[in-house]
Amino acid sequence: MKSIFFNSVYFGILASISGYALGIFLKKKFKWGIFNPLLVSIIFVIVILLVFHIDFKSYNEGAKYLSFLLTPATVCLAIPLYQQLDMLKKNVVAVVIGISTGVLSSLCSILAMSVIFNLSHQQYVTLLPKSITTAIGIGVSGELGGITTITVAVIILTGVFGNIIAEFVLKLFRIKHPIAVGLALGTASHAIGTSKALEMGEIEGAMGSLSIAVSGLMTVVGASVFANFR
Amino acid sequence: MEIIYQLGIILVITFIGELLHGLIPLPIPASIYGLLLMLLCLKIKIVKLENVKQVGDFLLEIMPLMFIPAAVGLITIWNQMSNILIPVVVITLLSTIVVMVATGGMTEIILKRLKGKEK
Repeated sequence: MKSIFFNSVYFGILASISGYALGIFLKKKFKWGIFNPLLVSIIFVIVILLVFHIDFKSYNEGAKYLSFLLTPATVCLAIPLYQQLDMLKKNVVAVVIGISTGVLSSLCSILAMSVIFNLSHQQYVTLLPKSITTAIGIGVSGELGGITTITVAVIILTGVFGNIIAEFVLKLFRIKHPIAVGLALGTASHAIGTSKALEMGEIEGAMGSLSIAVSGLMTVVGASVFANFR
Repeated sequence: MEIIYQLGIILVITFIGELLHGLIPLPIPASIYGLLLMLLCLKIKIVKLENVKQVGDFLLEIMPLMFIPAAVGLITIWNQMSNILIPVVVITLLSTIVVMVATGGMTEIILKRLKGKEK
């Protein structure tokens, strides 16, 4: 009986969507930031897998079709960006300086903390591309001699964490302008942060989309320079 | 019919992105080539906004769901990371906050300065 239930390809997708729906419900009901739908859904699925002793592979048998949609969805990030092109042109100076600051602060903070924690060169370059989109990050980490599986884990952790803390951190530091909010989310936590920015507004979403591409490309260059520093 | 047509356009651009990724030896993923190509096509009006908007908005709305499997997959590499887990998690969380505040804060400052100049 158990195998019939969990071996269905739709189990993985169903579990993921149910978890997300539960998260939306909890957030509406309690209005607490901690009930972030993405976080709730991840914990929900992990708990199910652990309780019913299902291995990740059989969950992913169906859930992989969700990941499969990620490339076309990322391509579609061009749509909000296109709708805000005039806005972008008007503020191009602030946008370029904002994203550059973000990329530099990412590389510098990782360098500083790698020194504090006495990480090896390999561990350091593994972390360097942590704030950019997974597909670019894997390439950068591999190129520099990092451990790509850990890079992927760290990139996802960065994205999910950024998505969860966004509202709190932006409020705390009084970052309110839609352009600043979008750039902050996209540069700090790539597509997962941008999915939050899209919920906040059109300008936020467009600026997040832009940051994914621009900060990703800047990091390709920046990380190869920073790799020499430790 | 309209939905099929829209999905077709998005998949064609995604596919060209994949081809470019295969042909050009740079660490740039197919999705970024696709994003830039979609932007270009919209800009020079090869593709009209209303020809991709409905399906595009649908994909963007369900985008958070697409990250769940990868995040759940973190449980599988737990063992590999156990000896450097604490520094890695601390660095990841702190630097994410640093980048968010630095990017947003700097953008706010520049936007205010430029606005002040205009007046």
